[in-house]
Amino acid sequence: MKSIAELQALREKAKKDLNLRNTEAGTRIIVGMATCGIASGARPVMTALVEELAKRNLNNCTVAMTGCLGLCKLEPLVEVIDEDGTKTTYIHMTAEKARRIIVEHIVNGQKCKDLMM
Amino acid sequence: MAIYRAHVLVCAGTGCASSNSVKIMEALEAELSLQGLEQEVQIVKTGCFGLCARGPIVVVYPEGAMYANVRVEDVPLLVSEHLLKGRIVDGLLLKETGIDETGKENENSEFFSRQLRIALRNCGIINPENIEEYIAYDGYQALAKVLTEMTPAEVITEIQASGLRGRGGAGFPTGIKWGFAAEQVAEQKYVCCNADEGDPGAFMDRSVLEGDPHSVVEAMAIAAYAIGANEGYVYIRAEYPIAVKRLKIAIKQAESEGLLGKNIFGTGFDFELFIRLGAGAFVCGEETALMASVEGKRGEPRPRPPFPAVKGLWERPTILNNVETYANIPVIINKGADWFRTIGTESSPGTKVFAVGGKINNTGLVEVPMGTSMREVIYNIGGGIPNGKKFKAAQTGGPSGGCIPASHIDTPIEYETLIELGSMMGSGGLIVMDEDTCMVDLARFFLEFTVEESCGKCPPCRIGTKRMLEILQKITEGRGEIADLEQLEILAKNIKAASLCGLGQTAPNPVLSTLRYFRDEYEAHVLEKRCPAGVCKSLLTYSIIPDSCRSCGLCAKNCPADCISGDRKTPFVIDQSKCIKCGTCIIKCKFAAIELV
Repeated sequence: MKSIAELQALREKAKKDLNLRNTEAGTRIIVGMATCGIASGARPVMTALVEELAKRNLNNCTVAMTGCLGLCKLEPLVEVIDEDGTKTTYIHMTAEKARRIIVEHIVNGQKCKDLMM
Repeated sequence: MAIYRAHVLVCAGTGCASSNSVKIMEALEAELSLQGLEQEVQIVKTGCFGLCARGPIVVVYPEGAMYANVRVEDVPLLVSEHLLKGRIVDGLLLKETGIDETGKENENSEFFSRQLRIALRNCGIINPENIEEYIAYDGYQALAKVLTEMTPAEVITEIQASGLRGRGGAGFPTGIKWGFAAEQVAEQKYVCCNADEGDPGAFMDRSVLEGDPHSVVEAMAIAAYAIGANEGYVYIRAEYPIAVKRLKIAIKQAESEGLLGKNIFGTGFDFELFIRLGAGAFVCGEETALMASVEGKRGEPRPRPPFPAVKGLWERPTILNNVETYANIPVIINKGADWFRTIGTESSPGTKVFAVGGKINNTGLVEVPMGTSMREVIYNIGGGIPNGKKFKAAQTGGPSGGCIPASHIDTPIEYETLIELGSMMGSGGLIVMDEDTCMVDLARFFLEFTVEESCGKCPPCRIGTKRMLEILQKITEGRGEIADLEQLEILAKNIKAASLCGLGQTAPNPVLSTLRYFRDEYEAHVLEKRCPAGVCKSLLTYSIIPDSCRSCGLCAKNCPADCISGDRKTPFVIDQSKCIKCGTCIIKCKFAAIELV
């Protein structure tokens, strides 16, 4: 470590990797990952969400999984719970649509109306 | 680098490791790759969460779900339910229920939320073998701050202002100690860390080194800068293999990141850190004996003054602090002395870590602000006494401390109050005792320990403690006389006054404090030849109640001494001359026909 700046840079990088362990993180994205969800392709959706968040350094947002939401025919389902607690449910997700949600909903705060239930 | 969506933290401290957490980690790895999740879920080895009684502990993030008592067999379920399908496995979650004094469920029992963690801030949160995780949680920020923004004098002023006192037991103000060493003019000075945790049942320092070794490394560098040293030694017992290993890794990582070595942060400050392994002698926790041992000499204390701050390692000015004391330093530098003062009490600021053991539900590590009552620690954090038994006393300070009886359970815990009660803070062992503990036997146990561990250099400790132990043995064997109690007190007073080091000076404390609060128990042993707690074997008699005996012969069959005889028609009889008082008969009897007097 030559300088304080290097320490700070390492700290920022390391912090990003550990953000997952901060349970107070703001927005939560929940992917339905029961048999129905997985069968209709929830896994690539979730991977896309995680990748997109990491790519954009969105540290106050975590991706979690949940079981069957009870609407199997609309799977893969993704729920976005904003910091204020508002819940938005997106249906028939794909990896492409998942990336759109990150850009439009998470980054720009615009819900993707056409993808909502 | 892979992007993970979940972190699984598995405790790899000594407690959980001995209850199989290493196998759990291996099973997790295997199961994750079987389910194709190894790219998504990261397994993180971490330090002690503190709740050793419920180990192995596994925590899954982002949910922060804490699983307790996890077994290897539970791993497939955990992976397929929680990590694959995202359903938290309720059955394995930690249930926080304690027992209050009346034996009912205690609604206030919360192990984690009632604690305040400063020294243990990173334990169970970071991977101790990864310096980046320590840095992410503000690691080495304090070192950067002191090296670039503060003069050594300012560092010492800040530590003095914080009121931090030595967590090793005696409670000497850390800043003042540093100040003494800084005043000395010498070509070479040393900083030293006492990680020779010797009290039976104490494991705070081990857990800090296992869970957050970098905090000690960083603090020692800060101390070195403050007093003008450039070399440091950690004296740690070889009985702590995991702690030694992690500390070695930490030092290596810090060296390769340039946080130890030459010209740290380009400020011209050099600091090197070395480890010295101790062979587990209790006396080596005493500062002068410890330094003799570091130098490669026999671990024996020497008279003070000169104090180590004047003449320590190799006759050079040296400061010696305990692991937990060091763990507090980076936080004080980062958050300031004023912040630290807001925690704890006026004379004892900050927090204290206790290793809670004995007759308590939540055996483990607890960190609370100074001034917290014993009741809070035992009932609300510790979860109360198991099996509906009554709290009798708590032993603090190990072989140097004393017992605090149930009548003082509401006393706030701080250095002075414990000394007033005839005990001491010690390094933080807190052994809880219920009504089944015999206080005479307990005093005998601790004295046996000090007799074995006395280095033998000074006669009061070498001979005096041995004589005290002999008297205690006499009492527990039913041969005691009332004059023995007075004799114990005289010996205790003289040993305290005349011993060379802290070991001898405090060795009589367990006897004195039990004599003070439980004299009636001593008197029962001496005058009535009776052990009220039913512990001292020589004073017990097992006998068969003829009216209840059904002559089944089970006791006779299981008696290891073959001292029970009888036939199918008449009640059985125990031959008292042969009975070894093992208690097997009482366990085996199905009709409660054996009584213990």
